[in-house]
Amino acid sequence: MSRRPRPEPVQVVKQRRDAALRRLVEHVPYVQFLGITVDRRGDELTATLNFSDKLIGNPLLPAIHGGVTASFLEVTAIMEVSWAMIWDDLESGRLDPQTADLPRLPKTIDFAVDYLRTGLPRDAYARARVTRQGRRYASVQVEAWQDNRDRPFAHASARFLMPPRDGGSDG
Amino acid sequence: MDSDTKARIARQFIEAIPFSRALGMRLEEIGGGVAVISMPWNPDLIGDPERGVIHGGAVSALMDTCGGAAVMSHPAAPAGTATIDLRIDYMRAATPGAPLIARAECHHITRSVAFMRAVASNPGEDAPVAMATGTFTVERA
Repeated sequence: MSRRPRPEPVQVVKQRRDAALRRLVEHVPYVQFLGITVDRRGDELTATLNFSDKLIGNPLLPAIHGGVTASFLEVTAIMEVSWAMIWDDLESGRLDPQTADLPRLPKTIDFAVDYLRTGLPRDAYARARVTRQGRRYASVQVEAWQDNRDRPFAHASARFLMPPRDGGSDG
Repeated sequence: MDSDTKARIARQFIEAIPFSRALGMRLEEIGGGVAVISMPWNPDLIGDPERGVIHGGAVSALMDTCGGAAVMSHPAAPAGTATIDLRIDYMRAATPGAPLIARAECHHITRSVAFMRAVASNPGEDAPVAMATGTFTVERA
């Protein structure tokens, strides 16, 4: 009779997940430059764009620069697709972010953003969803909002080229 | 207002945008619906630390700024403009350490919508880094 192995202690699981997430956020200079931080609930990630004056595009309105909004959406999309890529190895313990390097980052093939409303000079939030993940290509949808979750100020879709992984053939 | 004065005002306007300043953008050419903007190499913009390649988001910011400038400089000059949508193809990684230069053209404009296409490349290198198309609002004074 086989018995299910005892689940790992919660702090071990959290430590491993948070260490991996820190690698994705804190090791990328542009993410730091923009002032983006990430919250995690289980596997769900929410990115925050912490407002600062340098993010302004139109000083008269004032409004967040369209390039900042696009960057925030692309950062969130890359983070989500990287996270989805390592999740299984992270959970099984095959990948220990405290000792081993993370796989390389996916490369953006193309990115399309719709500007829906003015980005106000305050914090913004974003979540992404991987709609298709293969060995070589992934598709991601991402949405950003400010005060009201039901009134996004921008959304985007993006395609990524996945980094080569060990074993298996391309497909 | 002559074209030199217009170009000088446009340069001041673009270089006064806080985020464009933060990225060190410089207006190189403007007029007739075409704008050329350069962005120097800056390690703060790195998106892939292993390869030292700048983040696609910084390229998007350059494309968006350059596209908006091109629209503003069109002879059917709108009083103001805002991006409706922007789509970018990333053809290759930007060369680490090299500046980027974007050239945007407002190739069609209606009473309500301006259509833009743009190319970003590293100076002296033939293969473009990224290409973009976008649409912008046409605000009437």
